[in-house]
Amino acid sequence: MLAPEKIWWKPLGRMEKTWLTVAFVWCVFLTLMMPLWYFMGKQNVPTETYRTTSTDFAAKVNAFVEQYKVGEDTINGITLPVVEAPAGGDVYLRASTWQWYPILQLRKGEEYRLHISSLDLQHGFSLQPVNINLQVLPGYDYVATIVPTSTGEFTIVCNEFCSLGHHTMIGKIIVKEK
Amino acid sequence: MAALAPTTPWTSSAKDDYRVCGVTTLKVDMHTERLIIANAVMAVVCLVLGGIAALLIALTRWQAIHLLDATWFYRLLTLHGIDMLVAWIVFFEMAGLHFGSTALLNARHAAPKLAWTGFGMMMVGGLMANFVVLLDPQSTVAFTAYVPLKAHPLFYLSYILFAVGALITVITFFINIVVAKREKRFEGSMPLAVFGLMTAAILATYTLLEGAIAIVPAFLWSLGVFPNYDPGIYRNFFWGFGHPAQQVNLAAMVSIWYMLAQMTVGIRPLNEKFSRFAFILYLFFINLGSAHHLLVDPGLSFAWKAVNTSYAMYLAVLGSMMHAFSIPAAMEVALRAKGYNKGLFGWLRNGPWNEPGFSALVMSMILFGWIGGVTGVTIGTEQINMLVHNTLRLPGHFHATVVGGTTLAFMGFTYYVIPLIFRKELKLKKWAVWQPYVYGVGSALVSLGMITSGLQGVARRNWDITFAGVVPGTVNLTLAVFGIGAIIAVIGGIMYVTIVLTSILTGPRKEAEGLLLVSGTNNPLLDSTKLTDHQMEDKQNQPKGTLVLVFAFLVWFAVYYLSNWWLLGRTWFIK
Repeated sequence: MLAPEKIWWKPLGRMEKTWLTVAFVWCVFLTLMMPLWYFMGKQNVPTETYRTTSTDFAAKVNAFVEQYKVGEDTINGITLPVVEAPAGGDVYLRASTWQWYPILQLRKGEEYRLHISSLDLQHGFSLQPVNINLQVLPGYDYVATIVPTSTGEFTIVCNEFCSLGHHTMIGKIIVKEK
Repeated sequence: MAALAPTTPWTSSAKDDYRVCGVTTLKVDMHTERLIIANAVMAVVCLVLGGIAALLIALTRWQAIHLLDATWFYRLLTLHGIDMLVAWIVFFEMAGLHFGSTALLNARHAAPKLAWTGFGMMMVGGLMANFVVLLDPQSTVAFTAYVPLKAHPLFYLSYILFAVGALITVITFFINIVVAKREKRFEGSMPLAVFGLMTAAILATYTLLEGAIAIVPAFLWSLGVFPNYDPGIYRNFFWGFGHPAQQVNLAAMVSIWYMLAQMTVGIRPLNEKFSRFAFILYLFFINLGSAHHLLVDPGLSFAWKAVNTSYAMYLAVLGSMMHAFSIPAAMEVALRAKGYNKGLFGWLRNGPWNEPGFSALVMSMILFGWIGGVTGVTIGTEQINMLVHNTLRLPGHFHATVVGGTTLAFMGFTYYVIPLIFRKELKLKKWAVWQPYVYGVGSALVSLGMITSGLQGVARRNWDITFAGVVPGTVNLTLAVFGIGAIIAVIGGIMYVTIVLTSILTGPRKEAEGLLLVSGTNNPLLDSTKLTDHQMEDKQNQPKGTLVLVFAFLVWFAVYYLSNWWLLGRTWFIK
């Protein structure tokens, strides 16, 4: 609160030097972890993105459902198609207020190119209890290349506020053994 | 140390409208005094509105109680974000800027009319935002108002009014400093606290400009001038405003930490160069942190995200870690110099724990650093963010920084503003002794409840998570911790508002007689000028205890950070 002495440019004390060095080394470590994981880790944030429009994306989703539909299931009382695409292929997931469409069926250990986009507002793709969370924007076709490592029924929660029915926006991914 | 009471006269052109504070011997321009009072009052008004909303939404998320319906939950959530994260904090900061650029420099307020204009715009903007959110169902868009979710045009206009008003106030800060320098109100360098506030003001300038870039097009879009507004671009600009706005808080809060430490313990900064360099690191690197909100967005490359999210090389984090050492270390040296020299932590045990400024300072530093800082760096890591984005861990992080950290520090500081600026005696002193602890414990529980819920995948901004149907049973427990914490914190908040209102509304005007409120009659601010170089360098007085504390902090940091990588490694493969 008070003005410093006339000359305050003084060398650092021993303890300040020690802490500054240790803290700096820690910061360098924090920085290195990200590229290290990028090249060696198996969980990285997808970056593949394409421009799209709601009509284009909706058409792709419909074609995908028509081609690979294997059954039906209900969420919140609404009947939705269950769709299983061949391993290694493209699968589509559409977000719109307040629905994830369709229900996806995947095989454990297989790789899929999961396309996610929104037809209207911003949504949040939150796969539970796996706990993978991605932002979903209208106009952006976001491609996540995923390999399910566990089997069972997984819930997709919307975790970006998308007006009043937001909490009812629930989807499903079913993972079966190969 | 420089003299406390410079004798420089006011310029003849300036009206002779100031008083000399009997306690600090600082000159206080009456314009400054009135501006501080006005801003502080508005700050508290917004805190009350946001606090009521806080209680109601917390009791809704506490699943066992689930108080509000969905409409009111989302509406009050929007209101809570605006009143707390923006209005309360920024009004308080503006009061701080008026104080720092005049009283601490013994200078006059050079642009009071401009400052009142800024205040008026902020007040209209702030109140308008509240009215629009409460009255217009369409404007329930959350604090972030993510395009293409469209609010009423007045919603955006209220943001713009508030931001322009704040920008004008920030400009008066710079005018005051230039005029003070030109009129030779102070010699040599400005005090460290003013240096920190200046960092905050510079950050605020580009933060508010970026806010304009985000919100002005949204306003035009809501009026139908533009047909489309790209949601990705909006997010980028919005967080160019939203995140640095919290860094303004950070710089202002650290300045207030230094002030509280000087006012309650009589510290002399160990090394001005060290502390100032830490502020400069904020200035250059902290804005990159805006990218933290875009880490799992489509359309951005790994390199862009990694460079930005790491603040170039965690250099802004380095700045905070430097302050985390230098403030407690200066406190340790000052207390050891008073003779509290026993063992590693004898100085800490003998701190003035019943002085609200001291307890608020200590609680604020612990909550901000140990919970807020550690979780912030961890969840701001590019890959780890996939586990965290939009879960309750996120608000868990920023309730530790903004509530436990900034708000608590501001509350502690208010108790000294009442006698020194409002010139009223602080009432309910016993309450004031307890308030920082109550509020601190409450906000710690809020944060921990949110973080542990988020770890289990619970989404933020969600009225009812049971729709998901897969929530583990322990979520009910962690949400209850969050809810109980919120009740305790709200009790702390009510204590704060009651103390402030009772003090300023009752009793006669009274010049302050001492600096400390409860823990003694000495004046640590004056004591700090008596700390000699010899005392500062004495082997006996070196901050050994603080060094142990910061290393313990680093261990905790590493454990939390690395365990998150471990968690990430267990989830599905994704790229």
